[in-house]
Amino acid sequence: MQPDWPAEVHQELKKAGVRVVGYVPDAGHKRLIELCHAEGTMRAVPLTTEEEGIGLATGAWLGGEKSVVLMQSSGVGNIVNVLGMMKTCRLPLVLLVTMRGEQGEFNSWQVPMGENTARVLETMGVAVRQAGDAQTVAAHVRAALKLAFEAQGAEAVLIAQRVIGIKSFQEQANAA
Amino acid sequence: MLHRREVVSSLLRDRKDLLVVAGLGSTAWDITAAGDSPLSFPLWGAMGQAAMIGLGLALAQPRRAVLVVTGDGEMLMGLGALATIGVQQPKNLSVVVIDNERYGETGMQATHTAHGVDLPAVAAACRFVHSQTITRGEDVAALRARVHACQGPTFAAVKVAAEKLPLVLPPLDGVLLKERFRKALLG
Repeated sequence: MQPDWPAEVHQELKKAGVRVVGYVPDAGHKRLIELCHAEGTMRAVPLTTEEEGIGLATGAWLGGEKSVVLMQSSGVGNIVNVLGMMKTCRLPLVLLVTMRGEQGEFNSWQVPMGENTARVLETMGVAVRQAGDAQTVAAHVRAALKLAFEAQGAEAVLIAQRVIGIKSFQEQANAA
Repeated sequence: MLHRREVVSSLLRDRKDLLVVAGLGSTAWDITAAGDSPLSFPLWGAMGQAAMIGLGLALAQPRRAVLVVTGDGEMLMGLGALATIGVQQPKNLSVVVIDNERYGETGMQATHTAHGVDLPAVAAACRFVHSQTITRGEDVAALRARVHACQGPTFAAVKVAAEKLPLVLPPLDGVLLKERFRKALLG
C-alpha cells in the first residue's frame, strides 16, 4: 500500500503555516494542487511560467507570509536567472518538483532537463533533497520547510518519477 | 512630454503606508530619487518579476496598497504575470509602467511598445479593473489616488520622454533591502 504522499505533504504545508502555493500544473502534482485549492487557509495561485513562482515567493515573504512553488522538472529550466535573487537576498524558497526524464520516461524530450534538474538547482545555490519513494516525500518536505523558513534557505524536494508512476502518454491522459 | 522622475515623484508623494516594488534599472533609480524608504524594494536583477513580487506582497498584505513601478522592457519580459494577476484580482495591487519605449540601461534600443504594442490593452484583456495609457500630468495625480483607493487591480502605462538621467542608486545589498522592508512592515 503506497502512502498518500500528496495528503501528507498538504498536512506538512498546513502545519508549517504556508499560506501561498504557486504552481504550474503537473500530472504528478494533480492531487496536491486540488488539496491546496480546497484548503481555506491557503491561496493556490496558478502561474503561466515557473519563474513567476519565484517572484510570488519573494513578494509573499516580504509581506510576512510563507509560500511554496510546485512545478515539474522541466520548469526548473525556466527559473535559473531569478534564483540569483533568492541567493543574493537570502530569501527562503521551497520548490516541490515532480521529476520527468527518469526511470520509466516515455518522452525523450523530457530527458535532457530531467537529467540535469538537481545539478542546475545546486549550481544556483538551491539545496536538493531527493525523495525516491512515496514513504519519504513528506519527511523531506518537512525538513525543507524548516530550513527554508527558519534559516532563510533555498530548498528543493525532487519527487522521483517512480513515485508519480506515470509511464505513458495514455496514463498521463487518463490521470487528467 | 512627461518626465519620468517627476511622474514617479508625483506617484510617491505623501505615500503613507504604500508598499513599493521597483523593476531593475531606471525605475529603481526613479523611486530612489523620489526618496528612499525601507518600504521600497528596488530590484537590481530578476528582470520580469517586479509585477509578480507585487502580487505576492499584495496577497500577503491585503489591507495595504501595493504599487509596482517598472519599465516597459521589464514588463514585457514577464507579460504572463498580467494574466496571473488577472486571475487573482488583488484589489490592492497597482502596476505602473514608466514607458519610454526604450531599453534605457543597454543603449536605448527600442522596446516593443515603440512599435505600437499596447500594454494597457494587454492588462485590460487580462481582467485588470482599471487600465489606461497616461500622457498628461494631470492624470498622474488621479492615478496616485487610484493606487491608494485599492479598487484594482490597476494598470497604467505612463508615456515618458526617453532621457538619460543622473543615477540615483538605492542600496545594493539584497539582504539589507529585504530585512529593512520586513522590519518596517512587520516590526
